Amino acid sequence: MAVLEILKHPDVRLQQVAEPVERFDAALHRFIDDLEQTRLAGPGAVGIAAPQVGEVIQLVIVDISTMKKPHPNHGHLVLINPEIIKWKGHEVGREGCLSVPDFTGNVIRAQQIVLQAQNPQGEVQRFEMQGFEARAVQHELDHLEGMLFLDRLVSRRSDLFARKVFQKKAKNRG
Amino acid sequence: MSEWTMLTLVGRDQEGIVAAVTAVLHKEGCQLGETSMMRLGGNFSMMLMLSCGAEVAVLEALSEVAEQFELRLHLDQIEAQLHDHRQANVRVTVHGADRIGLVAEVTAVLAAGGLSVLDLCSDVAGSADKPLYLLQIEGVCELSAEALQLALRAALDEDVQFSVDEIETLLG
Repeated sequence: MAVLEILKHPDVRLQQVAEPVERFDAALHRFIDDLEQTRLAGPGAVGIAAPQVGEVIQLVIVDISTMKKPHPNHGHLVLINPEIIKWKGHEVGREGCLSVPDFTGNVIRAQQIVLQAQNPQGEVQRFEMQGFEARAVQHELDHLEGMLFLDRLVSRRSDLFARKVFQKKAKNRG
Repeated sequence: MSEWTMLTLVGRDQEGIVAAVTAVLHKEGCQLGETSMMRLGGNFSMMLMLSCGAEVAVLEALSEVAEQFELRLHLDQIEAQLHDHRQANVRVTVHGADRIGLVAEVTAVLAAGGLSVLDLCSDVAGSADKPLYLLQIEGVCELSAEALQLALRAALDEDVQFSVDEIETLLG
């Protein structure tokens, strides 16, 4: 296994649309191992996309299961040729990216998604995701479209009333 | 002169201030670092990190545009500390009828809780006869959002509404 170089914005390779994975062979599995080692070698990323290391294929890794604050999750996921087939709701959250060091910003993502993807064996799987895991998947899938979270930034100063009314009322009772 | 300075300009808001000021700085070969520029009431305020040549030359170069837009300006030597952002882990929003002392009361509680403010902005909304004060603060704090919430509730009047939210940054 090897730690691969993370491409940094504005590397044009991060703007390319990824190609589908067609061969689920030993070479792919070696690449998955390298990609995971690269993710783990960095500053605590919950996901990584193949294009971030210059491999412009439809493959991402997402794992929020080891976060300090637990969120609903499906464990360690290798998602190949992923496709979001349903979206529901939206919320603002703070994101950063291995390819954009030393900057974080607010991004609107769907609260719930239904995701279809193949695993490293090529088997099709379907996941219902919510919250932080759904956000992580949407962040990584943007890389497959040649997009960064910078392309979706919203103002840090405009979300005063963006939260759900029932949440705000509950908090105000403090 | 240190390598970096902080330039502060304040004046009545008018069209073209940013373009005029940054054109002069560009002409003088100044590199801009992080900046904050915004309208506050009817005024426009600019704070710009600059890396350029002599301090006197920058002030002289800006004198014409400062006179044209009636800007007051100020230059301080600073340490840049670029590429070293701290990440906020808590956001506090407060809103209520405008009154003297609200910001002081809120920030006193937060300071006592060990919160380091990274970003604070406030607005006066509503109408002249019923002004509404809105305050948004992001910072770094070891205390939990729940603990800050309790401290604020104990310190603030009932009519002041607020929320404290943890900011969880996704790195992907």
